[in-house]
Amino acid sequence: MTELALLLGQAFNGLSVASILLLAALGLALSFGLMGVINMAHGELLMMGGYLTYVVLLVLPHGIGYPVGMIAAFLGTALFGAVLEVSLIRHLYGRPLDTLLATWGVSLVMQQGARSIFGPIGDEVTAPSWLTGSLTVSGGPLAGFDLPFVRLFIIALSAAVLAIIVALIMRTRMGLLVQAVHQDREMAEALGINTRFVDLVVFAIGSGVAGLAGSALALIAPVTPTVGQSYIVYAFLVVILGGLGSLLGTSLAALLVGLFSAGCQIVTSVSTSDVLLLLFVIAFIQIRPRGIVSISSRSLEGS
Amino acid sequence: MRTGFKCWLALCASAALTIGASPNSRALAAQGSVKVGVLQSLTGTMAISEVPVKNATMLAIDEINAAGGVNGKQIVPVIEDGASEPATFAQKAQKLIEADKVATVFGGWTSASRKAMLPVFERFHGLLWYPVQFEGNECSPNIMYSGAQPNQQILPALDWAKERGYKRYFLLGSDYVFPRTANLILKKHIMHDGLKLVGEEYVPLGGTDFSAIINKIKTAKPDVIFNTLNGDSNVSFFKQMAAVGLPPSKLPVMSFSIAEPEAKAMGPSLVQGSYAAWNYFQSLDDPASKQFVAAYKAKYGAGSVVDDPMVHGYLDVYVWAAAAEKAKSFDVDKVRKAAVSLGWKDFAMGKTKFAPNQSLYQTAYVGKLLPDGQFTILWHSPKPIYPQPYDPLVFPGKKCVVR
Repeated sequence: MTELALLLGQAFNGLSVASILLLAALGLALSFGLMGVINMAHGELLMMGGYLTYVVLLVLPHGIGYPVGMIAAFLGTALFGAVLEVSLIRHLYGRPLDTLLATWGVSLVMQQGARSIFGPIGDEVTAPSWLTGSLTVSGGPLAGFDLPFVRLFIIALSAAVLAIIVALIMRTRMGLLVQAVHQDREMAEALGINTRFVDLVVFAIGSGVAGLAGSALALIAPVTPTVGQSYIVYAFLVVILGGLGSLLGTSLAALLVGLFSAGCQIVTSVSTSDVLLLLFVIAFIQIRPRGIVSISSRSLEGS
Repeated sequence: MRTGFKCWLALCASAALTIGASPNSRALAAQGSVKVGVLQSLTGTMAISEVPVKNATMLAIDEINAAGGVNGKQIVPVIEDGASEPATFAQKAQKLIEADKVATVFGGWTSASRKAMLPVFERFHGLLWYPVQFEGNECSPNIMYSGAQPNQQILPALDWAKERGYKRYFLLGSDYVFPRTANLILKKHIMHDGLKLVGEEYVPLGGTDFSAIINKIKTAKPDVIFNTLNGDSNVSFFKQMAAVGLPPSKLPVMSFSIAEPEAKAMGPSLVQGSYAAWNYFQSLDDPASKQFVAAYKAKYGAGSVVDDPMVHGYLDVYVWAAAAEKAKSFDVDKVRKAAVSLGWKDFAMGKTKFAPNQSLYQTAYVGKLLPDGQFTILWHSPKPIYPQPYDPLVFPGKKCVVR
């Protein structure tokens, strides 16, 4: 493998990590960024999506099983998110610390629940045959450079999910309402917008995207009761670095974090690059406290 | 006062739980019984590995009780949950020694849990039987180290790899004490033997992204990877290696933390063809092993598999019982002195006995993983290996002498 192939390989890895982070963070960007809900159970929604895919694959054959599993993961976690919003989060709006504690409790319950149902052992989701293998360059200056289909798939998936969410927010009436509530909740309410319903929809979709992320993650890592814990910190990091409430910022931040750590890992170990990443984020937040893209929003300032 | 009252309530509750766990403990007390602690993680991330060890320990206790007990007394186990937290292990160890007055404790898995318990056992003068292979570099009179020292698992694996003609070595591990120390020892021996170390990488515990490391592996072109990753990270690693066309059948991987249960959990198809070094495999052709496997399956279900740490968790109870019989006492000092003076015996893993440094003589085996999740044994050391807590190349001049 040549130096150039290593460099290009790392650039691709950075992109791949960025796409995973983006999938994990998009749901948070919606619930945390738009609604100001600190959802500590977001990682567990991811875990739930992974297990839903696993369960579907137990029933269905592998060829069509995975796409069905993805849809099931999205719908299942969206439904769960909706129930969670109605039964718990709705009652705690405007009390961020209470929400934080309550959702942390939910995350513990979900982890132990998964442990009781599926056992502490990780379960495996095997990638369908059309996702195994990779594009490999065998000769020339790029010898050894290869792109696994699974990672290409996750990159495409996160781009698609991002595009759909942006289209929903920009092009539909519901999206308009979401923007209105985000910009000025009280005024929106005064104009007769059912803000509770908007919150419910945003939270459910955010949860569904988390489930989808879990389903995609299951292709490259095992599904375990604690899988969400490994992603929740990075997801929050990306959302905060990107700037609250901005999907563009979230995407840029995911890209930045992915490429930064992939770049660091060429010269240092994984642990060291994590340290460097955190230092970088701390420094960045010092310079731009509102993140990469700062949006003025009364709903955020008010709280 | 309120908090005092609450504490008192909590004490009552825990006492009730303990009695609940062993309903006939009171009946036994009348005819004489001896309490022992069984301290493993029953919850949390380590439960997957530690619950089976607890089961194997309990099997040995049941068998010994059925055969008449120790020194004429029935063994009453007090089971505690270390909850995958080193601090909890230390706290529960103290509770077992101080409150339950147990004669000895069987348990621990991670080096962090052992390091946390060590000062407790030394201060309160207890005796811990530790069942898992570890990094050595420790020597306490209050611990019986039945798990392999580095020279009984890791270095034999290197010998085997050398015999196979592997020249270029890549070391990969989770970032904590065992892989770091194991690799420190491996590095010294690789250099000493004139072989080439082409890379050394660590990921945080539970890490799932191996893309950068796989790139480095491809650049370094090793003949073999020595893998000390722990737990689920293994699944991610093998999955991502397979995705770039490097399954273990193409690039050999020697793993030190994948035994039968892990292979079963990971799905053997993912890791088949990879190598492992242990001091016991379920497939071992040994009458004592067959007996142990049959007894375990009879108690815990035909689908269960057994592995190296479980055999150690099992034999520790037998050695303790034999030592207590020989010493005619449950006194910690008398028992540990007796334990190192017992003769050779086969406890499922081949001939073994405790050396004077309170670690176990054991045979090293190298196995290759088959599609059914069992290992076929390719190699074994010519005889049981004397345990060396301090590697002479890494810690020159250091000796483990237990008084």
